[in-house]
Amino acid sequence: MVKPIWISRDYDACSGCRRCELACSIHHEGWMWPEASRVRVFMPFPGLEVPHLCSQCQDYPCIESCKFDALSIDPDTDAVIVDREACTSCGLCITACPGTVPTLHPGDNKANICDLCGGEPKCVEVCVEAGYNALTIVHEEPNIHRKLYSRNPVDTARDLAVKMFGEKGLEVIE
Amino acid sequence: MPGGYAGKWLEVDLSKDKIEEVTYSDKILEQYFGGRGLAAKIAWDKVGDKWSEMDPLAPESPLMVYTGPMTAIYPGTRICVSGKSPVSMGTVGSTAATELANEMKSAGYDGVTFMGKADKPVYLLITDNSAELVDASHLWGLDGEKTLIKLNKEVTDELTKRKPNVGLWKDPGMIYIGPAGENLIRNAAVLAKICHAAGYGGYGSLMGSKNLKAVVAKGRGTLPVVDAPEATILLWKKTHEHLMARSAMRRQGTGYAGYAVGADTSSEPIRNWQEEWHDEKSFGGPMFETRFWVKKKWADFNCTTNCMKVSCIKTGPWKGDITDMPDYELQAYCGTNFGIFDPEANIHLSALADQLGHSGINGPNTAGFAVELHQRGILSDEDFGFKPKWGDVETFDKILRMMAYREGIGDVLAEGTYKAAFLIAKMKGKKPEELLKYAVHVKGIEVGAHGTRSDADYTHDISYAASVQGGDHTSVASDGYNDMSGAVFTDSAVFCNFTYYGVPQSLVFDFAKAITGFPMTLHGWRSVTGPRIVTLQKALLMMGGPGLKWEPIKDDDNPPRFYEPLPSGPYKGKTTDKAVVDQKLQAYFDTLGWDNRGIPTKETLKKLDLAFLEKSMAKLR
Repeated sequence: MVKPIWISRDYDACSGCRRCELACSIHHEGWMWPEASRVRVFMPFPGLEVPHLCSQCQDYPCIESCKFDALSIDPDTDAVIVDREACTSCGLCITACPGTVPTLHPGDNKANICDLCGGEPKCVEVCVEAGYNALTIVHEEPNIHRKLYSRNPVDTARDLAVKMFGEKGLEVIE
Repeated sequence: MPGGYAGKWLEVDLSKDKIEEVTYSDKILEQYFGGRGLAAKIAWDKVGDKWSEMDPLAPESPLMVYTGPMTAIYPGTRICVSGKSPVSMGTVGSTAATELANEMKSAGYDGVTFMGKADKPVYLLITDNSAELVDASHLWGLDGEKTLIKLNKEVTDELTKRKPNVGLWKDPGMIYIGPAGENLIRNAAVLAKICHAAGYGGYGSLMGSKNLKAVVAKGRGTLPVVDAPEATILLWKKTHEHLMARSAMRRQGTGYAGYAVGADTSSEPIRNWQEEWHDEKSFGGPMFETRFWVKKKWADFNCTTNCMKVSCIKTGPWKGDITDMPDYELQAYCGTNFGIFDPEANIHLSALADQLGHSGINGPNTAGFAVELHQRGILSDEDFGFKPKWGDVETFDKILRMMAYREGIGDVLAEGTYKAAFLIAKMKGKKPEELLKYAVHVKGIEVGAHGTRSDADYTHDISYAASVQGGDHTSVASDGYNDMSGAVFTDSAVFCNFTYYGVPQSLVFDFAKAITGFPMTLHGWRSVTGPRIVTLQKALLMMGGPGLKWEPIKDDDNPPRFYEPLPSGPYKGKTTDKAVVDQKLQAYFDTLGWDNRGIPTKETLKKLDLAFLEKSMAKLR
């Protein structure tokens, strides 16, 4: 594994196949479970597919917010690691995240955040394999833009809508 | 419960506002699988011997929205809509690509059977192990696009309100109807994702007759557990490898066929099938792609074929029209069949058909039929309220709207091509045959955009004539054996044809076995399960409905137009050979154990465990 590692996202390239959700849940849960996936593809309007996952903000507001020391940084990958024993399901990390990325896992109700699969993210594997390259790995030092990707996916889709549909794009998401 | 099934189905009585959970035995599931097969069986169970007297749009007529055991797990997720077809009087396994299917499975349900009629517009909202009917009065009358936009917002808001602390709620999956379905346009579609549709069968009008505007689901559970998870995951990867190797399909979708099917195979409908050949390079794939495609790789849940491409018009009077490529069928039916060879006009009319809630094949077929009746002097300018012209966008823009809102002649055309022929004949004091010669349908189902005359396409002599789903181009008949593992299988397992072709069938059946645990083989499906489903569908089709009974042999045939010689192109003079049709039809019946009039024999019914049909079939023999 080459460090550092970050998952870059190219929204225009996302087909909406959601194989990232399937690959992620197969890896973490042993079976296909889209809502337990650490990456989820939002589609506020058909054609506007937005993969939503942790951006590994440099200042890690989620970790800052946790009162129970349930979140930490993986020294190998810089991913956010959830200590499921320590997590109390309070949801503070969700509100602290500028993109509301974490979820409470639909099974154990604990914070669910991308752990980069220990350095070989399965979502990226299937996306690249299919030639979409909506999710790819970059091996560059953290930069200040990362956190800007931590954004509500519906807001991202509103922008994409205008780029894709022109003026009509202003009307397709209520 | 066998693998792949969530294990429960919903039964919704719209008249009584009552929702129940039901299950089906392992035996029934093994025998009918899901989707198209199971829907035909449950339809029969609900209606039984009263089938031939029941109006498909009456409250007692059931509507099925089913997944199958392979749905969402096998690549290419779709939902199957079925019930007694308002156009054929049999059943059609009509499928649409939508995330409704995987959301429903994740919520813990395999499907919904609707009975009765709601006293005001409603939609069904399915959540984890729960379902409720919600008032849809504010959505009634809205076009497809606005319905989707509003529903997306209000359901997401509602789910967030109910459970605000789990993180962001992802958009739900849904199917819905547009004005055409609400106004009971007999061949209206059930729509999804603004431009996807379960078009064949006319189930949009069945939904409309029940005051059911939409079915919406959001689930947070796993996809159903399967019999052999490790093997399933391995086969899932393997299947995607096959799909990802289909480079032309992935690159072009069917969106390059609007030119190719005309210029190459000469089997594309032009001006209501008066011709099937054109060499209009203006209608080539690149002309759509270069100017209009805004997304080149668009897929539905668990699909890497991504044959869909999003098109958008950004300038001019049709600014803001969004549809898929259009796919080949709508390039043909909202393009060449209107005499239109302009990509921009074609995108506009396709988007219009979608948003009005028409089936983009069937509704436009009727519109084309009407304009030919004008060409032949049967309908007049006064009948339309204007002078209809081939190749004129305004003409077809108007007719599609008049049909969807039942205005003027649109009220008659709203009955679908076949019924409209009789109504107009009566109106004009003519014999129905004088009009039926221009009606391109089989068993009331307008024929898909692949002709049989050139014999160069995948459709041939008895493709439609022998099919229990009539003109449905997605489910054509061939020899009563090989065709059993085509759409009869995919519509019952419920996944997409375009994630099936290109994958070895043996692999798919291993996949089916790994999911369900049923001892499935390709031969077993082709010789027992497939024939059981098709024989049941054939029985229901031939039982017919009030005022509509298909005549054996006579109606097991192509539309008259398919026996006229092709007037132009490389296959000029060629036509469908009636002698071959007759001969192959008998062979088809024979293979399936039907008598020489195509009625299933007593022995066949017994062999396929369909003895419950004997009483009704005895009457037809």
